[in-house]
Amino acid sequence: MPYIPHTDADVHAMLDRIGASSIDELFDEIPRELRVDSLPGVPAAMTEMELMRLAAERATQDGHVLNFIGAGAYEHHIPAPVWALATRGEIYSAYTPYQAEASQGTLQIMYEYQSMIAGLTAMDVSNASLYDGASALAEACLMAVRAHRRSQSARILMPAAVNPVWRQVARAITEGQHLKLEELPFDPRHGITDPKSLERFAGQDITALVIQQPNYFGQLEDVEALTQWARANGALVIAAVNPVALALLTPPGEWGVGGADIACGDAQPFGVPLSSGGPYVGFMASRMEHVRQMPGRIAGRTLDAEGRPGFTLTLQAREQHIRRGKATSNICTNQGLLMTAATIHLALLGPAGLERVARACVARTQELVAALTRLDGIRAAFAGPRFHEALLQFDRPVAPLLEALAAEGIIGGYDVSRDYPELGHAMLICATETRTPADLERYAQALRRLLDRAAAA
Amino acid sequence: MNEIPSDLRYTKSHEWIRTLPDGSVEIGITDHAQHSLGDMVFVEVPEAGRMLAAGDACAVVESVKAASDVYSPLGGEVLAGNALLATQPELINQDPYGQGWIMRLKPGADAASAALMTSAAYQAGLATES
Repeated sequence: MPYIPHTDADVHAMLDRIGASSIDELFDEIPRELRVDSLPGVPAAMTEMELMRLAAERATQDGHVLNFIGAGAYEHHIPAPVWALATRGEIYSAYTPYQAEASQGTLQIMYEYQSMIAGLTAMDVSNASLYDGASALAEACLMAVRAHRRSQSARILMPAAVNPVWRQVARAITEGQHLKLEELPFDPRHGITDPKSLERFAGQDITALVIQQPNYFGQLEDVEALTQWARANGALVIAAVNPVALALLTPPGEWGVGGADIACGDAQPFGVPLSSGGPYVGFMASRMEHVRQMPGRIAGRTLDAEGRPGFTLTLQAREQHIRRGKATSNICTNQGLLMTAATIHLALLGPAGLERVARACVARTQELVAALTRLDGIRAAFAGPRFHEALLQFDRPVAPLLEALAAEGIIGGYDVSRDYPELGHAMLICATETRTPADLERYAQALRRLLDRAAAA
Repeated sequence: MNEIPSDLRYTKSHEWIRTLPDGSVEIGITDHAQHSLGDMVFVEVPEAGRMLAAGDACAVVESVKAASDVYSPLGGEVLAGNALLATQPELINQDPYGQGWIMRLKPGADAASAALMTSAAYQAGLATES
């Protein structure tokens, strides 16, 4: 793609042609009070040389740590072909193009990706990805309000056991659009949403119920009971799921009678490395009856004028370049490159490989929980089945322990006391297939030494 | 040539209105509108029971070219959306004033004063538009 800069003369010629006196004038429509003149915390521009030096310094701080944090983003083994292929020039672009004549290869990757997501979630149709799991959940809430035409309330029930960052993003994106996200408590014994907590909403106009499976604490929700309640009470079901877990768990399309209406989540576990919070890649799938309310791009398979199979973008009339302010979403760009990596990753694993990964995750996490809860003053916070995360409660603040572990190169878990003060001294731990028995042993021994030292002092 | 039946009333935004014997009204989009939009691929009709104010977006017609809102010419309560359009959106192209109707409405109290055009006025409006 050529890089064509605009000279001052070019800019003036264009402004003259449309009768504008300055670039600023093009933004007149945006009210003064909504404009941001400075970005606090963002430093002044640097030269390339300064920037490269700073980036190199920062990169050395990464080190080689042994990581036991999940909490929304997960460390999995990424087979070497994933990025060797994803970075080939033909497909190395962050964006899926907006033109229907986009390359057949790119469109086919989107189509394969959609087919995989639809298959994994057991939903009818998938879009070609969204920004990340958090924004996918926000989009799912907006979509539910559009799709559920008999419901006028725009009330969405959002369990407190849903990832708190996702909840925060969903709130930020939907509040200005008059959605009301109402929190549901979790059962303190099992760390899951108690279907009984829904009883007080019986007979009310509820647009949708969000169910995260596994939930933020790694615990498995009673998706059957929750879905049944929603069906019986005329609410749509939004499933927020970990895609690796779907290799073992009932997919959203088969929850209750008729399944969830919308399934969303983060496809980061498929081929996307942990990188300071992103970019990751959101996915979204839906029942066919709601497809025209689904945000984002969709590639379809079709026949050309001569009857040859081919791929094309479809359902574009509901998108922002055609429908403007009334589009299904105005933040519906997607993560083309990461979607490509996820597709290659899944193709390499296949259903059997994905299931082996999922089983290994469950086994490693159970071993880790067993090893750590043998230590004095540590207990698993919740009973009941879980996937590859667990909440541990300590008899002392966890922050100093995590700091001491970090000094030994171990990222021991995620301190949840800020988001869930009611849970006391608690951290969320995760062990995927990448953690070996020796890794678990090293963690348990380091923690034992720290606790012993504290006891002796 | 665009057909503009003289027994109907019209809006600037290309809806037509037919008064039915029981006082309710049937609403659709004009022949001119379906021509400009092209082949229909999807129509979203309103749910029965929905209360509309005059000028509210009440339906979406989606063609291969664009998706456009249909505006309710009158206020009132929706009696029915045309369920046939869910599977046969092309009825709007084939029979815009008949089987391609979009919704039936029970007009509200203030509906009588709504500014609707005669076929002649709509025809004249089209002439200046083009």
